[in-house]
Amino acid sequence: MNDDTTRLFLGLVTVLATASLVAGVLSRRAAKPLPSTLENLNARIKAWWIMVAGISVAFLFGTGGVVLLFAFVSFAALREYVTLTNTRRADRWTLLGMFLVVIPVQYYLIWIDWYGLYSIFVPVYCFLAMPALTAIRGDTSRFLERVSEQQWGIMLSVYCISHVPALVTLPIPGNEGRGLLLIAFLIATVQGSDVLQYIFGKLFGRHKVAPTVSPSKTWEGLIGGIASASLLGAGLWWLTPFSPVEAGTLAALASVMGFFGGLVASAIKRDRGVKDWGHMIEGHGGMLDRADSLVFAAPVFFHIVRYAWT
Amino acid sequence: MTTLLQRVSGAVLAVLSRAVTGVRPIWAGAAPRGRQRIYFANHASHGDFILVSTCLPPAERARTAAVAGADYWNAGPVRRFIAGRLLRTVLVERNWVERTADPMQVMLGALDAGQSLIFFPEGTRNMGEAPLLRFRSGLYNLAAARPDVELVPCWIENMSRVLPKGALLPVPLLCRVVFGAPMALEAGEDRKAFLDRARQALLALAPKRDGNG
Repeated sequence: MNDDTTRLFLGLVTVLATASLVAGVLSRRAAKPLPSTLENLNARIKAWWIMVAGISVAFLFGTGGVVLLFAFVSFAALREYVTLTNTRRADRWTLLGMFLVVIPVQYYLIWIDWYGLYSIFVPVYCFLAMPALTAIRGDTSRFLERVSEQQWGIMLSVYCISHVPALVTLPIPGNEGRGLLLIAFLIATVQGSDVLQYIFGKLFGRHKVAPTVSPSKTWEGLIGGIASASLLGAGLWWLTPFSPVEAGTLAALASVMGFFGGLVASAIKRDRGVKDWGHMIEGHGGMLDRADSLVFAAPVFFHIVRYAWT
Repeated sequence: MTTLLQRVSGAVLAVLSRAVTGVRPIWAGAAPRGRQRIYFANHASHGDFILVSTCLPPAERARTAAVAGADYWNAGPVRRFIAGRLLRTVLVERNWVERTADPMQVMLGALDAGQSLIFFPEGTRNMGEAPLLRFRSGLYNLAAARPDVELVPCWIENMSRVLPKGALLPVPLLCRVVFGAPMALEAGEDRKAFLDRARQALLALAPKRDGNG
């Protein structure tokens, strides 16, 4: 694993260094003050350095580090999500439970590799316990709305995201001790697809996919981004137990799911009248702005790999 | 003037409140530039003044104290320790009948000692549905007595959902504090006109969508 990890790390640093170099040259040549696109690009690249550093540190600590990292991602994502929902005084215990019970328990179950429970803990037990708790508190005003918002919140922010670290627990024959690299593969292809869709959209974007939801998502960006992300995935096959063709296919699938994740997140933001989920990651917005594609891609990727390779 | 314990607890509270609320200041008016200020804010939670002081740069935080009700914070040893030793507070007695010290004198004393103040002009925590209660006259009296001090409206967003009255554990939600442009009492402006103008200046900083939505 060591050689491949080093290679992956060097590759990432090279990509980021190239991006910084290109953005630096562009910024130097551009008229001052910098146009907002370029300013945003610089902020985004800087944030990518920090994110890659954070993920690398988590990887150094192995499975525990990655589980903790994604528990934190869930916390930040859920906090952004709940901020935008309708909450009433009576929801306090449910909300506290989401942060203080659901997140720790879900990630603990992944840490001890109890697949049978972590795959149903949220959609069965939490989904029944949360409305029961809300009902006991007695406030029925907009009950269905509040309960649905809370459930969808832990589905997106906790359950789906937790399938990223869960990849490490998959017992794939011949892939022992390389679970972290599978996680790196998923993150690299999904986030790479986001970046590539952004680039293709900026360069060639004409026809909007869903103009009422997101003005920045175009067919040109989508097709170009997913095609190139599939090639990226195929090129990263050595991280995985897959053949290059399989890796490319899975990358394409993860990218399509990632696109839907971004689209759904945009629809929620538009409904609530905000542009970004938050401000945690400079240039990108909040944690959910960066993780929305991973939210949709992770569980589907997890289950396909689990079904076909274990 | 600020004890070491107050400095440490201020820094710890700032870290904690950032961890729970991710609070960030929006300087819609002007950032602190050394002049003494009275930050006046909407009030619905004990967390309010911690949030405002977290948003201030360390040097400004070190000289800023919150005006709080003595009747509440002197009731019981725990509260007295928190308000007196851990936090930087200026305690004023709200009860007209039993009070021993004039609140105005206490606050003016703090201002004359060079402190900036965090002040809640509604006089109490707002527990209702209305975004902002009627202002009591304290803010006007301070503005009239110390015209050099900048009055800065600060809208605290979401803290009442994080830590409502009677709650011990905060629910993590994102908060913001919007600092507006400094204002002052104008020549010939009477009490009602000034308080209305100050209240409108604070309300104007509230987000357009309803606070709960």
